[in-house]
Amino acid sequence: MSKSSGRTRVAVRAASSSTIRLDRVGVDIKGELFRAVLLFSILLGVVMLATLLIFVAIRGSDRLDLNLFTQLPSSIDVGTSGFLPAIVGTTYVMLGTLITIVPLGVSAAVYLEEYANRDRWYNRIIEVNIQNLAAVPSIVFGILGLAFIVRGPLNLGFVAFAGSLTLAMMVLPTVIIAAREAIRGVPPTLRDASMGLGATKWQTTWRQVLPLSVPGIVTGTILAMSRAIGETAPLLLVGATTFVRFLPESAFEGAYSAIPVQIYQWAVRPQDEFRVLAAAGALVLVALLLVMNSFAIWLRARSRKEF
Amino acid sequence: MATTTIISPTDAPFSLEMKRNRIGEKVIVAWLFLAAALAVLITIGIVVSLILPTIDFFRDVSIFQFFSMEPWAPLFANPTYGVVHIVAGTAAIMLYSSIISLPAGLGSAIYMSEYAGPRMRKILQPLLEILEGIPTVVYGIFALFFVGPLLKDNWPTWLPGKLGEEPGFQFVLAAGLVLGVMIIPTVASVAYDSMNAVPRALREAAYGLGSTRMQVATRVVVPSALSGIIASFVLGLSRAVGETIVVLMAAGAIANITLWPNDPILTMTAFIGRTATGDISTGTTAYYTVFAVGALLFLTTLTVNMIAIALVRRFREVYE
Repeated sequence: MSKSSGRTRVAVRAASSSTIRLDRVGVDIKGELFRAVLLFSILLGVVMLATLLIFVAIRGSDRLDLNLFTQLPSSIDVGTSGFLPAIVGTTYVMLGTLITIVPLGVSAAVYLEEYANRDRWYNRIIEVNIQNLAAVPSIVFGILGLAFIVRGPLNLGFVAFAGSLTLAMMVLPTVIIAAREAIRGVPPTLRDASMGLGATKWQTTWRQVLPLSVPGIVTGTILAMSRAIGETAPLLLVGATTFVRFLPESAFEGAYSAIPVQIYQWAVRPQDEFRVLAAAGALVLVALLLVMNSFAIWLRARSRKEF
Repeated sequence: MATTTIISPTDAPFSLEMKRNRIGEKVIVAWLFLAAALAVLITIGIVVSLILPTIDFFRDVSIFQFFSMEPWAPLFANPTYGVVHIVAGTAAIMLYSSIISLPAGLGSAIYMSEYAGPRMRKILQPLLEILEGIPTVVYGIFALFFVGPLLKDNWPTWLPGKLGEEPGFQFVLAAGLVLGVMIIPTVASVAYDSMNAVPRALREAAYGLGSTRMQVATRVVVPSALSGIIASFVLGLSRAVGETIVVLMAAGAIANITLWPNDPILTMTAFIGRTATGDISTGTTAYYTVFAVGALLFLTTLTVNMIAIALVRRFREVYE
């Protein structure tokens, strides 16, 4: 409809001004009601989003101070208690996740898009597996992390890097799917041109396809990271549970905490001061995620225009 | 002196691939394949990490006891293992979340695909994505401190019988409704994709025959996209089954076979989250219980997801 040319518009105007009308005359009550119901259903989500943001902002604003970022958690002096160990812990966990998911996710995507022959049974199994992993409940990854990473073969113990690997397994499908879409968006003519000039398949992939896919890969990575930052359930199982009064020694030793886990632990305490603290933490977390997601959405919208 | 390269006839037929056998390239391809195959390894890892302790669990507890009607109290001194009580909790959460997520998700998808103009869609889609991006723990706080008390204070106590009883601090309706809102974007995006795949020509034909917008939406687009819409519903239910934190925070901790909206319940996920955070020692039956419940949870969601994947593939095949 939006692409109607000048001539069409003239014809439509002529038709609508004539006595015979294609439109139905009168108000379509049922149709308008239907539209209202649809509008209501989409507004429900939007209104709830707004309510949630306003609620968290009001509830948490009392404790949105510098102590929140610089202080250790304390049961005695709740008024100045802060998120410092959780912030440090989340930083460690997220760095570990980032350095794991980018190479693995991009490599898997390159294989599936550029090399895999879709008629082979093993490639089809890989595809179905990725789709299925994307929908496995997050807490199941926690169980896997507990059995294979904290204990079992890797035996890392309850350390930040165990959390990193657990979250990495969880968000890997997100990165793979996004990277595949980005790679698929590169026009095949570019590949043909590169191969025609004598480049090998890998040279074509590395020098032509991947550089053009960077915006899409970055978007997917940010979305995956924002999912990982907010995730609580699997971390409960792989160690980020204890009331940590100190900073983790490193990513590979010492107990750690993470922002969402800290929020959860404070929120379920009966005292109101802790709940305010939890809401303040939630406010910070939501703000961080809004920034990350908006950036990802903006980047995606920008990169779409190119071809 | 100019050197001329003569391509000998033996090189024919020409191929764009280089002739030199580059070993490095093969190593790279092997690495890429391994990275992709990691997805399969993770799935195998999940299955192994669940099955081995589950076998240990069923050495101590008979399978009949697990699926019997006895109470769910695996951490007590005299443990009982009637898993049906926490399966019922999961079912109750599924029911109350789907009251919101399925109709609102489908409605949002129809609105975005058939009613919203491109500009409106550009606003709505990121909003839904932000809704999807809010961490579950924040939804948990919202359910526990806002929706829960709001419902409790305004509970219709004039209703007869059990339904009129004021709920406690944590109850299934508060968690279910918030979870429902949380799942709207999942349902909406999958349903929207399937409606988007319905060819324009079908709509144009219906309009040409004098259909209203509502008729096109309900009699052409929705039936054509039906398998995708069912897939979106299935995925929405699967997310409700797998969600942990909101349920853990707002739905209570009492294993209960109930569908009353004002009762507290315990779900499979909440049991795992609650038990694994406590001081639970490795090798005890209580420890293995976590894995047995995890295995049941994984089996449930795996079945459901496979159905959804098959359905999504069907709508893709029809129009592509």
